Amino acid sequence: MTPLHQYLFLSALLFGVGLAGALTRRNAIIVLIGIELMLNAANLNFIAFWRFSRHPELATGLMFVLFSIGIAAAEAAVGLALIIAIYRHYRTANLDQFDSMKG
Amino acid sequence: MAWITQNLWLIPALPLLAAGLSSLAKQRQRAFAASLAIGSMVAAFLLSCAAFVTTLGHAGTFREPPVNFLWFQLGETTLQLGWVLDPLAAVMLVMVSFVGLLIFIYSVGYMAHDENFTRFFCFLALFAAAMLGVVISNSLLLLFVCWELVGFTSYMLIGFWYHKPSAAAAAKKAFITTRIGDIGFFLGMLWLYSETGTLLFYDGGQGCLEQSALTKLAAQTTMLGMAASTGISLLIFCGAMGKSGQVPLHVWLPDAMEGPTPVSALIHAATMVAAGVFLVARVYPLMETVPANATVAAQTAETLTPALSLSEREREKQISASDESIRVEPSAVRKIADAPQNVLSLPAGEGRGEGEGQEHAAAHAVSTALKLVTWIGAITAAFAALIAVAQTDIKRILAYSTVSQLGYMMMGLGVGGVAVGMFHLITHAFFKALLFLGAGSVIHGCHDEQDIRRMGGLKPFLPVTFGTYAVGMMALAGVPVFFAGFWSKDDILHNAAHWPVSSGPFWLGVFGALLTAFYMTRQVCYVFFGQRRAGILPARHAHDERSSKVHSSVPSSSHPPGGQAGGLSYDPHESPPVMTTPLVVLAVFAVVLGFFGTPAWPWFQDYISGHPATGDLSKLFEWETSSIMLLSTIVVALGLSAGWWLYGRLPSATPEDLDPLERMRPSVFQVLRGKFYVDELYEATVIRFNAWTAWLSDGLDRVLWDGVVRGVSYLVLGFSWISRFIDEYLVNLGFDKGCDGIRGGGKLAAAWQTGQVQPYLRVIGLALAALVLLLSWGRVQ
Repeated sequence: MTPLHQYLFLSALLFGVGLAGALTRRNAIIVLIGIELMLNAANLNFIAFWRFSRHPELATGLMFVLFSIGIAAAEAAVGLALIIAIYRHYRTANLDQFDSMKG
Repeated sequence: MAWITQNLWLIPALPLLAAGLSSLAKQRQRAFAASLAIGSMVAAFLLSCAAFVTTLGHAGTFREPPVNFLWFQLGETTLQLGWVLDPLAAVMLVMVSFVGLLIFIYSVGYMAHDENFTRFFCFLALFAAAMLGVVISNSLLLLFVCWELVGFTSYMLIGFWYHKPSAAAAAKKAFITTRIGDIGFFLGMLWLYSETGTLLFYDGGQGCLEQSALTKLAAQTTMLGMAASTGISLLIFCGAMGKSGQVPLHVWLPDAMEGPTPVSALIHAATMVAAGVFLVARVYPLMETVPANATVAAQTAETLTPALSLSEREREKQISASDESIRVEPSAVRKIADAPQNVLSLPAGEGRGEGEGQEHAAAHAVSTALKLVTWIGAITAAFAALIAVAQTDIKRILAYSTVSQLGYMMMGLGVGGVAVGMFHLITHAFFKALLFLGAGSVIHGCHDEQDIRRMGGLKPFLPVTFGTYAVGMMALAGVPVFFAGFWSKDDILHNAAHWPVSSGPFWLGVFGALLTAFYMTRQVCYVFFGQRRAGILPARHAHDERSSKVHSSVPSSSHPPGGQAGGLSYDPHESPPVMTTPLVVLAVFAVVLGFFGTPAWPWFQDYISGHPATGDLSKLFEWETSSIMLLSTIVVALGLSAGWWLYGRLPSATPEDLDPLERMRPSVFQVLRGKFYVDELYEATVIRFNAWTAWLSDGLDRVLWDGVVRGVSYLVLGFSWISRFIDEYLVNLGFDKGCDGIRGGGKLAAAWQTGQVQPYLRVIGLALAALVLLLSWGRVQ
């Protein structure tokens, strides 16, 4: 059985890729994909810690992650809808040009 | 109570409605306005007749119970209005609506070419409504309101041709002069209200003309030892003097002739100016109240027993004051006191029968107010007649004659009571309206000529006008037996001869009668006899200033204006039937009315005083009556023959001919023609004083009050300048610094918020990394 630290390593890698994508890319859709990656890294952590916990027979971690995925799907839908609305308004998906929220 | 008594308000309301509707009419809707006004007058006349018949039917009852209603209430204070139907109101109603109706019809012809025909009828109808309101009102307040409305419409109608400066000035003069009298009236009304707490004339014993109020007023002494009743009477008489053109305030009435002739006939001869006489007749019980301070016993009794109620005091007074009723047992006295309408003092002094024995014994003495009324009336009668002798404007002669006749009416009220004055009022209304309408017909026929020197020889041209005018003239002059003026004037002279106070008014009246006959003969000779003098003058600039204004500025002239410029002569023409028919009707009444008030059959006097009519032909031949009649006949004959001798025998041939009187006594004649210089006197005194006061007030206003106001404003300016300085240099500086600091901080903080998502995310990432490092570093330690 794969030891815990490998899962954690993979998870950290996934998170790092997601964060890098979210921080560096200008396209809103790529940023959204990065965010989804980070979320999945968190989910992977969850599952790993559940499997290596003292009571793996209880399906609590699994249930939690299922909910998290469901919410992530909803969030992705809302996020894409927002991006489409913003695109229709500004005729671009470039995040640098969306600065109307500044003080 | 009869239906008409309840609905008496309809009589003034109908013309009021007509006035309101025709005020909405367009200028060109002439037929609509005229028919509305005339129709409403016909209805008012019919209702008035119904009212008149009602008062006839109740020969015994003196007055229909008045209809009163609450106008408004302020705490304890209540103001009631109402209307009353009694013989006094009934005859006035019939007279006003009938004469008014005839004059309305006449106006259709007279004003036919005026562009403001519709407006004219609107005002006429409003006037009729207000005048009928004056007549029926049972409240001094309602009377005053209508009185002022009448004055207002008079103002509007005198100034009907307002583009003539003289008409506008005359309207103002009329309004202001009558206002001077009305101030007195108003003060009297306030005083009366504060003393009695009511302005209703008759209110089932509570009215201000009824016994309890009169007793109270008579008992109250004010300044100069005058009773409150006397003071109030005199103040109210001021109003009557202004409206009826009595001597000090007569100046407006002749000038009021600037208005259209039907207006002069209706308002300034027949009805409105008689309103003053009517007012005196209406408040006659108050006027004739003799102050009780003469009877010391009554006064001391009152001061000693202030706790007694009013009715008890009154009862005491009746016991103490009336000699013959001292034996009456208390129950009877209580009955009298509880039913005060039984002890109403009758308006007519002579109409006091034995049935009213409860009246004060002192009531037969003449009150101060009535003395003043008599003297003012007598002086006015002679004074105005003197002026009328020398006037040359056909309407002005009639105007001064009106003033003189109003003086007679006042004198009649003073010496003989309501019936005597009212009889002359009614007969005068008919024959003076007739004379004015006749004069209007002459003016109309002579192409708006008003100067009698430029008329002459009109008899063949204006046959109907001449005939009716002659009837009116003889009625006014008092030609015996067949004319109304003879009987009514004779009644006044008869009573004046028996006036206990003085015989002065009688002789003034006789003198006035002589002059009346004289100046009317002069006028008729000038206008209708002799040869035609019009058009002999080559050019119009020789004209009287006034009449040329009439020509130049009145678009109502029925003839092409271009035709008048050349100074050619025109044939005068008779007026259309719509104008002559009212003349004929009025002439008939100027004759017939006299027979209702002869000494042999004084129906009118009995009717006004509420007696059953009596007829006794032998009274006509008693020496006491017939001597006065003989005297006035001689006087009239003298006046007529003197007039004929001077003016009819040798008529002047040209307008420039001097008046025969002027040739004889130039200086006297000049004074008379100058109207005794009353206008000039007022100009030099009242008006100059007024102007001076105005100048002074203006100066005070500009220098003193304005100075104070300016000083205050400068002070305020100084303060505000200092405040501004403090504000700008102390408060604002500190504030600005604080603001700058906050703004800088805000800018700095706002720089962080770029609005871009990724920098935020970057910060979050860095913070996360830092957090992780911190946690793991802590674990390591």
